[in-house]
Amino acid sequence: MSEKMTSKQMLQKLLDDHYAGALAAKERGELIAWSTSIAPQEFCETMGIYTVYPENHAAAIGAKKGSPELIEVSEFQGYSIDICSYARVNMGYLEIQESVAGKIPLPDLLICCNNICNTVIKWYENIACELDIPLIMFDMPFNYDYEVNDHSVEYIKGQFQEAIHQLEQITGRSFDYNRFREVMEISSEAARWWKKAMALAQAVPSPMNGFDIFNYMALIVCMRGKQESIDLFKLVAQECEAKLAQGQGPWKDRPEEYRIMWDGIACWTALSTTYKFLKNQGINMVGSTYPDSWSIIYDSHDLDGMARAYSSNFVNRNLDFRVDNICQIVNDFKVDGIIYHCNRSCKPQDFCQYEVQRQVGDRTGVPSVMFDGDQTDPRAFSQAQFETRIQALVEMMKTRKQQQGIGVK
Amino acid sequence: MQAIATILREMEGAVKDPGGAVRAFKQETGREVIGCLPIYVPEEIIYAGGMLPIGVWGGQTNIVQSGTYLPSFACSIMRAIMEFAMRGVYNDLSAVVCPMHCDTLKCIGENWKVGISEVPCFCLVYPQNRKNPSGISYLTTEFEHLRKKLESLSGRTITDEAINQAIVIYNEHRKTIREFTRVARDYPLTITAQKRHMVIKSGFFMDKAKHTLLVKSLISELKALPAEKSSGIKVILTGIMAEPDSFLELFNQYNLVVVGDDLAHESRQFRTDVPAGGTPLERLARRWAEVQGCSLAYDPEKRRSNMLIDMVRETGADGVIVTMMKFCEPDEFDYPILKKEFEKANIPHLYIELEQQADSAEQLRTRIQGFAEMMSTR
Ligand code: SF4
Ligand code: SF4
Repeated sequence: MSEKMTSKQMLQKLLDDHYAGALAAKERGELIAWSTSIAPQEFCETMGIYTVYPENHAAAIGAKKGSPELIEVSEFQGYSIDICSYARVNMGYLEIQESVAGKIPLPDLLICCNNICNTVIKWYENIACELDIPLIMFDMPFNYDYEVNDHSVEYIKGQFQEAIHQLEQITGRSFDYNRFREVMEISSEAARWWKKAMALAQAVPSPMNGFDIFNYMALIVCMRGKQESIDLFKLVAQECEAKLAQGQGPWKDRPEEYRIMWDGIACWTALSTTYKFLKNQGINMVGSTYPDSWSIIYDSHDLDGMARAYSSNFVNRNLDFRVDNICQIVNDFKVDGIIYHCNRSCKPQDFCQYEVQRQVGDRTGVPSVMFDGDQTDPRAFSQAQFETRIQALVEMMKTRKQQQGIGVK
Repeated sequence: MQAIATILREMEGAVKDPGGAVRAFKQETGREVIGCLPIYVPEEIIYAGGMLPIGVWGGQTNIVQSGTYLPSFACSIMRAIMEFAMRGVYNDLSAVVCPMHCDTLKCIGENWKVGISEVPCFCLVYPQNRKNPSGISYLTTEFEHLRKKLESLSGRTITDEAINQAIVIYNEHRKTIREFTRVARDYPLTITAQKRHMVIKSGFFMDKAKHTLLVKSLISELKALPAEKSSGIKVILTGIMAEPDSFLELFNQYNLVVVGDDLAHESRQFRTDVPAGGTPLERLARRWAEVQGCSLAYDPEKRRSNMLIDMVRETGADGVIVTMMKFCEPDEFDYPILKKEFEKANIPHLYIELEQQADSAEQLRTRIQGFAEMMSTR
């Protein structure tokens, strides 16, 4: 890796290599896994199985405006418009195996973890059935109690064992527990650096342009078990610290006026228009509910801890936790306002979001707006509605700052 | 015939006025009534505690208040449940049990805990790796927690013995309903699609032992009659439920006969018995492991389509009607596979979207009529 590379260049290179590497591995006849975004990647990483992430691929396709054509293909097969658009993009891709964001090799096995939603269970069942390949299911029971309870942890560990057994059968090789420990260490280290880098946005002004978080997220999804991800997040942290030392904000051409938290996934199909609109108002995204989902940190000797960590991300937690989580972000990142993305695709988020918004508002007094959108189906998003809502938020944030006696230009 | 009419009237009474059934039970026994959200709630535990478990599956209503919790793209059944709950319709219940099978149900349980303070909500999560021993012991613990919550609610202990007895009663009920659905095929004029639905549904609001007796006498009254000839088009229903009522009403008009179903609201309730062996809670957990062909029970082999194709062959059905609960992701995901397999097996099917609230009778009519015409020219 050249020393002068910026974190953005490095990110791009790592992602390009990641996707090219997967295709090359397939060419060499190696096994390819497809995995959900917060599945325990440690097992495939230990086994040396190349893993690609359809959600990440779908997001990239969305950002490059290629989702509508794939969505059309899957809807033609009978996939309802109500289904999560990542799944619709991916099932469309499965059919035509072409996309504006390049190719990913077809999988030989699947890794599914429902700590993000139960939608992925159905989605991966369908891939398994269409391709007739094995599916390794990590079931992380939804935590309706505040914490992950003990019997869930036992159950999850039982599944870890089962997964190891399945992988040994699929590959015909035995599982290397020493390597496993190494991977566990790297993964936790990567998560630590990820968390650290993201936390630098707590400074006022934030050295980080918030939408970059959405971009860096690709790597914490795809390469959490690899040393390269540690290198990248260290570099991100270094860059931010350098900017901090000079008192630099997120942009060269504009000061940060308002700091917001974004709840939900980005609208990939409208990434630049939403970004520009926010930036024009001086709004920087400093925190989001998302990044913390990958702060999967545990001790390398501690399978209980690993089970707990994987079951602890916020969409797998109850409403009280979600509210606490956002209040914490509001506090830590000194947030002026919250944007809730009511993401048509993501039912587990949306169907608690109204209540979360009310409770967070009551507790923090921070103003918020909600807009309707979708991560990769542009039909569910309206730029006009988005702008109106954001303008309303700016008004509220301005008034609040004035009331608090903070000057606004 | 007289006897049949009387039995059906009694069942209809329960379906039309579940609230009446709840109040009557409470008055007679002074005990609790527990609402069971869809689907697979281990009612046996509730029953063993001397309480009355009843089904909570929404209903036709106007959505006014529940919009403060759920956007318009939540399934109509859950919007209706939230609406009724907010209006106090369920206030006679001592608690509800919410099995969090899908993303929507997870959020319903969460919102309920916050928004419906009059009725406590006991949540349950079912394992997806349901055949794995660690999954079974996980679920056994979930059921154990439910038992404790029910015990402290009622102030009575729920013994293993009582649960085993309840399992006997419930398995007998399941067997009886299965027999009813077979016998009903020979009497399509007396047991129309609507009546078939009503007979099954009435079980949600009655003591199961009592319902079993009622269905048994219905079966023997029917069997005393000569089988009825019908030229109707024989169909199998698959999906979450066959409501609103305006849907099945169309079946008479267009001469459709239901010869079997795979509805969550109907057959999925009673096609899997509680197996023998082990503690009663383990037995209940193993029932979940044996559930097959349900969109909520993890199955990477997607055997639901084969199961339906077998059903078509066994019953001599002419086709399948997929009653898609609008916005139900689990069922919507199954559809492309079903579609493909039906086409491969040359089985005609109709895909029809249903919403509990929507008064889309005209649209339904057009679809059903079209299907009936297509089938009669085959
Ligand atoms: S967007 Fe939501 S529903 Fe879709 S895969 Fe992600 S978490 Fe699941
Ligand atoms: S109808 Fe479907 S989406 Fe709605 S609660 Fe039932 S399973 Fe979930």
